[in-house]
Amino acid sequence: MMPPFADQLNLRLCHRCKYASPMAEDPRHCTRCQARLHYRKPDAIARTAALTLAALVFYIPANLLPIIHTRTLHHDSTTTILGSVMELWQAGAWDIALVLFTASVGVPVTKFLALGYLLVSVQRRSDRSRKERTRLYRLLELIGYWSMLDVFVAGLLTALVQFGPLGGIEPRAGILYFGLVVVLTMMATLSFDPRLIWDTGRSNE
Amino acid sequence: MSESSRLIICEYCDSVYERQQLGTHQRAHCRRCGALLDRRPWLTVDQSLALSATAGLLLAFVCFYPVLYIYVRDQSGSATLLDAVLALFNGPVSVMGMTMACAVILVPATQIGLLVWLLAFARNQRHAPGFRPCMRLLEVLRPWSMLEVFLLGALVAVVKLTGRIDTAPAAGLFALATLSFLMVGVAGRDVRMLWDQLS
Repeated sequence: MMPPFADQLNLRLCHRCKYASPMAEDPRHCTRCQARLHYRKPDAIARTAALTLAALVFYIPANLLPIIHTRTLHHDSTTTILGSVMELWQAGAWDIALVLFTASVGVPVTKFLALGYLLVSVQRRSDRSRKERTRLYRLLELIGYWSMLDVFVAGLLTALVQFGPLGGIEPRAGILYFGLVVVLTMMATLSFDPRLIWDTGRSNE
Repeated sequence: MSESSRLIICEYCDSVYERQQLGTHQRAHCRRCGALLDRRPWLTVDQSLALSATAGLLLAFVCFYPVLYIYVRDQSGSATLLDAVLALFNGPVSVMGMTMACAVILVPATQIGLLVWLLAFARNQRHAPGFRPCMRLLEVLRPWSMLEVFLLGALVAVVKLTGRIDTAPAAGLFALATLSFLMVGVAGRDVRMLWDQLS
């Protein structure tokens, strides 16, 4: 016997304070924290789709444009994200190369695939593997911000390596797009409503 | 405790449960989707307040004391958290400098400020002025604090520089590690206990 759903008991979850707000008097705002109440997150599918698409578009320049410019006495060089992973790998630091690869390629790609799958399956009113899909969403929440790694590394390296005319490191436009990808995918995850997964196929439980 | 706060709604699948009294290490999971519903708060109000104040001091420390030192022949350099943010800010993409400032300084600082404010009043069983907006803001800010990512970033930076430049961790790095650990504890879901404790 599965527990009842909130709307069957005329309750509504407040997103901000997680209070089970009674809906008998049809209040617009949570009686505890006064945040606006919604049955489901507003326009969840449209917003998530739009933000994911935008992130996907920005992911292209994020990979193509250089993120760091290194200047030494002898030569100048610019590196892209994949380039810096390769550099570390060739230098023998395969472990850090793997960390960086996971954060800058693995995590965003996982996010795109997972968000796409969740959107399509909810849109098609699929009632298969709902528990696993909910778990996938929680994974998305968990890995959300780790791709910011490259941006922070660029900032820290720039601040550290400043030797005036002898050399230095400067950030480049790539980190702008990369940061945007992270922020947009985080917003996409936040605007998706996992309860939509459970709205279909309630009768055959 | 009012009638409704005895109920828990799973935020992932909308299932309704009656709140159960949990033991120290017990966790309540949703039967339908497996999400975490409830657990005993790790910290009491007093402990949270003390650790939030500690976190505030550590954040100030990380902003002004170097996280890493570097040495090349006769030259040396160092960078604090604030330096890293300013370096991005002064570069060609200052927007990212602002984003980074939010993620590693402004958001954690606001979280800590709000926590100290709310908990200081909660100690005396009182609602702080602006209790409800403050609690809502904490909930909104939670996903945007990225201190632990910066911690990993410092590690990556060390490895990237080795071979070319000598690096050494500085006091700020240890403060940063402690701080990101503390933030998980104090700014996590435990704050929600204040809704029930003060009523």
